[in-house]
Amino acid sequence: MKDTSKPFALDISGLVKRFDRPAVDGLDLRVQSGEFYALVGPNGAGKTTTLRMVAGLLKPDAGAITIAGIDALADPVAAKQVMAWISDEPMIYDKLSPLEYLEFVAGLWRVEAAAAEARARELLDWLGLAPHAHERCEGFSKGMRQKVALAGALVHEPTVIILDEPLTGLDAGSARQVKSVLRERARAGGTVVMTTHILEVAERMADRIGIIASGRLIAEGTLEELRGQAGKSDFTLEDTFLALVAKEAVAA
Amino acid sequence: MSAPATLSWFARHEFRLAWRDWLSMMTAGKASRLRMAALALASFVLFMHFIAFLALRNVADPGLSPGKTALVVVTGCALLSWSLMISQAMESVTRAFYTRSDLDLILSSPIAARKVFSVRIVTMALGTALMATLLAGPFIHVLVIRFGARWLAAYGVVVSMGATAAALAVALTVVLFRAIGPKRTRLAAQIVAAVIGAAFVIGLQVAAILSQDTLSRFAFLRSDTLAARAPDVASLMWWPARAMLGDWQALAAVAAASLTMLGAAIFVFSGRFGEHAIAAAGIANARTKQAPAAAFRHASPRRALRRKEWTLLRRDPWLVSQTLMQILYLLPPALMLWRGYGDGGVFAVLVPVLVMAAGQLAGGLAWLAISGEDAPDLVATAPVPAGFLVRAKIEGVLGAVAIVFAPLLAALALIAPFQALVAAAGMAIAVIAATLIQLWFRNQAKRSHFRRRHTSSRVATFAEAFSSIAWAATAALAAGESLLALMPAAIGVGVLIAARALSPRDVPG
Repeated sequence: MKDTSKPFALDISGLVKRFDRPAVDGLDLRVQSGEFYALVGPNGAGKTTTLRMVAGLLKPDAGAITIAGIDALADPVAAKQVMAWISDEPMIYDKLSPLEYLEFVAGLWRVEAAAAEARARELLDWLGLAPHAHERCEGFSKGMRQKVALAGALVHEPTVIILDEPLTGLDAGSARQVKSVLRERARAGGTVVMTTHILEVAERMADRIGIIASGRLIAEGTLEELRGQAGKSDFTLEDTFLALVAKEAVAA
Repeated sequence: MSAPATLSWFARHEFRLAWRDWLSMMTAGKASRLRMAALALASFVLFMHFIAFLALRNVADPGLSPGKTALVVVTGCALLSWSLMISQAMESVTRAFYTRSDLDLILSSPIAARKVFSVRIVTMALGTALMATLLAGPFIHVLVIRFGARWLAAYGVVVSMGATAAALAVALTVVLFRAIGPKRTRLAAQIVAAVIGAAFVIGLQVAAILSQDTLSRFAFLRSDTLAARAPDVASLMWWPARAMLGDWQALAAVAAASLTMLGAAIFVFSGRFGEHAIAAAGIANARTKQAPAAAFRHASPRRALRRKEWTLLRRDPWLVSQTLMQILYLLPPALMLWRGYGDGGVFAVLVPVLVMAAGQLAGGLAWLAISGEDAPDLVATAPVPAGFLVRAKIEGVLGAVAIVFAPLLAALALIAPFQALVAAAGMAIAVIAATLIQLWFRNQAKRSHFRRRHTSSRVATFAEAFSSIAWAATAALAAGESLLALMPAAIGVGVLIAARALSPRDVPG
C-alpha cells in the first residue's frame, strides 16, 4: 500500500495546452511517491506535451502542476531541483566524456563535488559504462548515449524522474539495463513517470498505467483495473488499450 | 528525359538538389518567403551595381594594349577573387566527403561511383563560378556600359577561374587525404580553405603596409615598386588579364587551359572519391579518449556552464578555426600598430578594425553558446532561473572575446591610453550588441550547423553586421575626439531597437 498521507509526487489538474488544436485538454493526473507510472496512448495523444510541461520545457495555457508538494508553475526552480527529465533523443555533449558530463550536471544541480563523483562512478559502473568513462561521447551508440543521459538524470538523486519514451531505439541489453535502473529507483522510494509505446514494458514495470487520448486521461489503474474498465478480464494490455481508445473515439 | 544512371541523368539529379539547397538557404526553408527572398536578391544585385558604379567611376579604359600597371591591377583583382573561389571550392569538396546525406545510397548502388563524382566535381565548379559571377557581374556590367561589349569576355574568365578553382580544390583535398588521413583532413582542409581565402587579401595588405604605409591593396598594386618587379607585358602570366580585357585569343587559351585542368582532375580523382568517402565515414565511429581529470571540481551552476562552454569550444578545432579565422584579419592592423608606433593616424584604422572584429567574433561565439546548445532540455530543466543561464552563457562569450583581444588592447594602451579606452568601450558595446541580437533571434540548432547559422534569420545576420559597423564607426570617430561619433552611435542604437522589435517575442531578456 502506498502512503497517502504524503503529498503526491506529481499532481496535475486541469492542464491545458493548445497549439493549432488542443494537445492537452483539461488533464488531471496524480502519481504517488514511490510509484512507477506509465503513460500510454496513441501517437499525438498529448503524452510528450504533458511531460514537457511537467519538466518546465513548455508553458501550459491553463491548469496546475505540483511536484513533491511544490507548485511547479509558481516556483519552477524549486520544482526542478527535485526532478529529472530524459527525452527519447538523448541530448548529451559529444565533446565531453561521460564523467565530465556528470560533473557538469552535478554543477548545475549544485551537488557537492565529492558526493557527485562517487555517485557518478557508481552509476557508470551500474550502467556498464565504466570502461568508457573517459572517452568522448561522440562515437557512442544510441544505447550508450541514452545510458549517459540516464546517469545524468540520476546523479543528483531526484525524487521524481520523468522519461519520454526512454527505450526507443535501444537494443535488448541496453533496454534491460535501463529498465533495471528505473525499477531499482522506484524500489528505493523514487517516483518514475514514463511514456512508452511498448505496452509490454508498461505492463511489466508499472504499478499503474494511464491511458491518454486526445489530450485527456481516458482510463487509469493497474492492469486488472483497466481490464475491468474495458469489460474483459482475459484481455492483454494491448487488447485493453485498443478497446479503451476505440471506446473513447466512439464517445468523442 | 535522360536514361537512368547516365552522366546527364546524374547531372539533372545534382542540379535539382543544388537548386533546392540554394532555395532553402535563401528562404530559410520557408516557401512563403520566396517572394521576399527574390526581392532581397534583386535589391542586392541593384545595390552591387551601385557599388560597382562608385568603385569604377574614375577608372580609365586600359584598352586592348594595356600597360604593365593595368595588367598588374587586373591580375591582382582576379587573384583576389580566385583565392576566395578556391576556398569556397575546398569547402564544397570537404562537404562531399564528409556529409553523409546520400553517400550511403550512392555507394551501395550498383553504379560506378566515378560517374557520380565526375558530375559532383562539375557541379562544384559551376557553383563556385556562379557565386563569383553574382559578385563580379555588376562590375562587369558597369565596364560593359562604360567601355564596350568586349568586357563581356570577363564572364568567360570568371567561369574559367571557377573550373580551375574546383580542379585545384579537389587535388588539394585528395592530397591532404592521402597525406594525413581522413580524420585530420576535415579540419586541415577547412583551415587551408580559410587561410587561402584570407591569405591573399592579408598578404596584399601586409605588402601595402610595408611598402606604402597604407592598408590599401590598390595602392600597392598600382605602385611602381611592384610594376618594376612584375614580368614583361608579353609574359604568359598576363593572359587571364588580357582575356578579361577582351582579347578573344587569350580568352580561348585561358578557357581551354582551365577546362583541361578540370577534365584532368575529374579523370584522375573521381574514381578515388568513393574510397575516400568510405574512409571519411569510418571516422564517425572513432572514439577519442580524454585524460582522466583528477577529481570532480566544485562548481556553481554559473561556473559549470562557463567551463562547459569553453571546454566544448576548445575541443572542437573546426569551430575554433571557424570562429577565430577572422582574427587573421587583425594581422595587418597589428602590423600597422607596430610600424606606426607613436603615429596618431594609425588609430583611425586600428580602433574600428578592433571593434568590428570583436563584434563579429562575439556574434559567432554567442550563437554557439545560445543557439548551438546540444543539450537544451538538460540546461532548461536545471534548477536555476532562465535569466541566470543566459547571463552565465554571455559571461562565457565575453570571457573568450576578452582573452583574444586583451593583448592587442594592452599594446594599444601603452601607446595611446585614450584610444585604447575608446576601443575597449566600443568593443564592449559591439560584443554586447552582437550577443543580444543572438539572444533575441535564438533558434535551437546543432553546433555542427555553425556555418549555416546565417540562414535561420536574415534579419539577425544583417542586424549583427550593421550593428558592428555602426559601433566601429562610432569608435573611430570617438578616438579622433569628434562629436560626429554620436551619429553612428544613434544608428547602432536604432539597429538594436529595430532588431528587438522584429525578433520573436517568446524569449527572455
